[in-house]
This record gives sequence, structure tokens and C-alpha cells, in this order.
Amino acid sequence: MAHGETQQHPIGIYLWVWFLLFVLSVGSYLVDVVGLESYLRWTLITLFMLLKAGLIIAVFMHMVWERLAIICVVLVPPGVLVFLMLLMAIEGNHVLLSRLAYFGP
Amino acid sequence: MVETTRGPTLEPGLRGLVTDLASDQRAFKNVPWSKAMMWLFLLSDIFIFACFLVGYMQVRITTTVAWPNASDVFALELGGRHVPLLLIAIMTFILISSSGTMALAVKFGYEQRRLATGGLLILTALLGASFVGMQAFEWTKLIGEGVRPWSNPWGAEQFGAAFFLITGFHGTHVSIGVLFLIIMAVKVMRGSLAAGHPGFLTRRRGRYEMVETLGLYWHFVDLVWVFIFAFFYLW
Repeated sequence: MAHGETQQHPIGIYLWVWFLLFVLSVGSYLVDVVGLESYLRWTLITLFMLLKAGLIIAVFMHMVWERLAIICVVLVPPGVLVFLMLLMAIEGNHVLLSRLAYFGP
Repeated sequence: MVETTRGPTLEPGLRGLVTDLASDQRAFKNVPWSKAMMWLFLLSDIFIFACFLVGYMQVRITTTVAWPNASDVFALELGGRHVPLLLIAIMTFILISSSGTMALAVKFGYEQRRLATGGLLILTALLGASFVGMQAFEWTKLIGEGVRPWSNPWGAEQFGAAFFLITGFHGTHVSIGVLFLIIMAVKVMRGSLAAGHPGFLTRRRGRYEMVETLGLYWHFVDLVWVFIFAFFYLW
């Protein structure tokens, strides 16, 4: 096995990330149990979601130890999905308003 | 296979990005090609799941009927008490745990610890299988309550379509992952990776990097669930 191709890291970092993922999951579950509503709820859900996703990609999938070439190939293209989401949200609101105006109750 | 251009000559950071992409033969240094290909596959999978989730967002925004309250729909009665999202929370913790055991399996794989790696792979497969089992239970419960892709008792009709499509596609990924985990566990246990035996399908020689490549897939399944949990069950 060629040296430099393996991803060997201390076991502690995996256990820490595992623990943090549990804590963050409890956090996002509590958002629902406590019954937070509206913007506070959405902000917390998104925050916990992105933190969990970041930890999984960075440590479990070894992304922090990879070279920039592969990091960019994997993480840059999904950026366009943010634009897709924004455009569809705008479009969706337009469709909703049209439905309420023409097919409303 | 020539494995050269390794080691301290590689430049880090932005300069490294430019020299890597401008270099001959291999742009992704220090990455076995199977791992690079797995990353590209996952990239395509990201787009598929993102399209599903954006489609779900779209139907949820555009419907004039109230969206069913997921907190109540997925609640369980436990000892006479109404516990919201209980099963989903358990499923989330199970999938995170399976990701943890997978990460450890990859680590022990690189340390050539055959039994530890195989055992952890089996444990990961068991956790994944129990996740699929709970999902089957959840589907059965919801279908019994009258949820269909075209209608449900609580509100917007699109709820069922989005639910069955998104969780079904994710569950399929988990099931396929469990299958490959079992295959990889067998390979590890009988020493095929350590000895470099050719695989039964591709004839490629066994290497412990295969565990990491499979691990990428498994962590991705967990990653997708993070987004489904947030957007479908909690939003």
C-alpha cells in the first residue's frame, strides 16, 4: 500500500464526533419536543443540520485531510443547488399566490 | 500500476489545487481512483436527493391545503402517553451509531485488524438492517392509517407522495448498503483484503482501502438522513 494514501487518525477524534452527533441530534429533537415555532425553530433546525452534515463530511468522510482538488470537486458543484432552492422557492410563492387568487376557497 | 509522485513534493493549499489539476495523469493525488469515483457517484446522488427535497419544498409551498403536522403523524403512543417523533428519533440515533461503527471499521481496517474490522462491519450492517426494519414498520403504520401517494386523512395530498418517494429512495440506499457491508465483512473475515485476493465480480485485488470507499457510501446515507430528518420530519 503506497504511503500517504491511507487515512489513519487517532480513535479519539471519531468518538468525539460520534458524541457530538448524538448531542446535536438530541438538540434538533428537543426543538420539536419543546415545540418551538416559526423562525427560531427553522434557524435551530438548519443550524443543527448543517453542523451534523459538516462533522460527518469533515471527519467521518475524511474531507479535512483530503487535498483541495478533491474537496473542490465534491463541495463546489452542490453550491448550485442553493440557487435551485432559492429559484424554486420564489417560483413556489408565485404559484401559491396564483392559486389563491384564481382557485381560492 | 505505477504509484509514484507521492509524499513531500506535493504542494498544499491553493497552489496545490492548481498544480494537481494541471498535472499529468492524475488530478486527485493521494486518493485511490476507486475512492475518487465513489466521491463522483456520491456527488451525482447529492443532486438526485436534492432534486427530491426541492420538489418536496415546492409542493409544500404551493399547496393551498394545510400540510400534515409531522410531529403528530409520526408520534407513538407509549404507555398511554403521546410521544412525538419517537420512532424517527430512534432511527436517527441508530443511523448515527452505524456511521460511528463504520468510521471505526475503516480505522481498524487500515491497522490490518481483521476481526475488529469484520465485527464492526457486521455491527454496522445490523444497525442498518434494524433501521430498514423500523422504516418498514413506519410505512406499515402509515399505510394502515390510510396514507397513500395521492391522499391522506390529515391534509395536503402531496404529503404521501413526498414521504414515500424520499424515505423509500433513502431506504433503498440503506438496504443496498447493508448488502455491501455483509459482502465486505465476509471479504475482511476470510482475509481476502489482507491477501489481495481478486474480487468475484470485478477481479480487482482486495485492499483495505475498499473499506474506506464503502464507508464513504455509508456515511453518505447517514448524511442524507440528516437532511431528511430536518426538512421532512422537523420543519
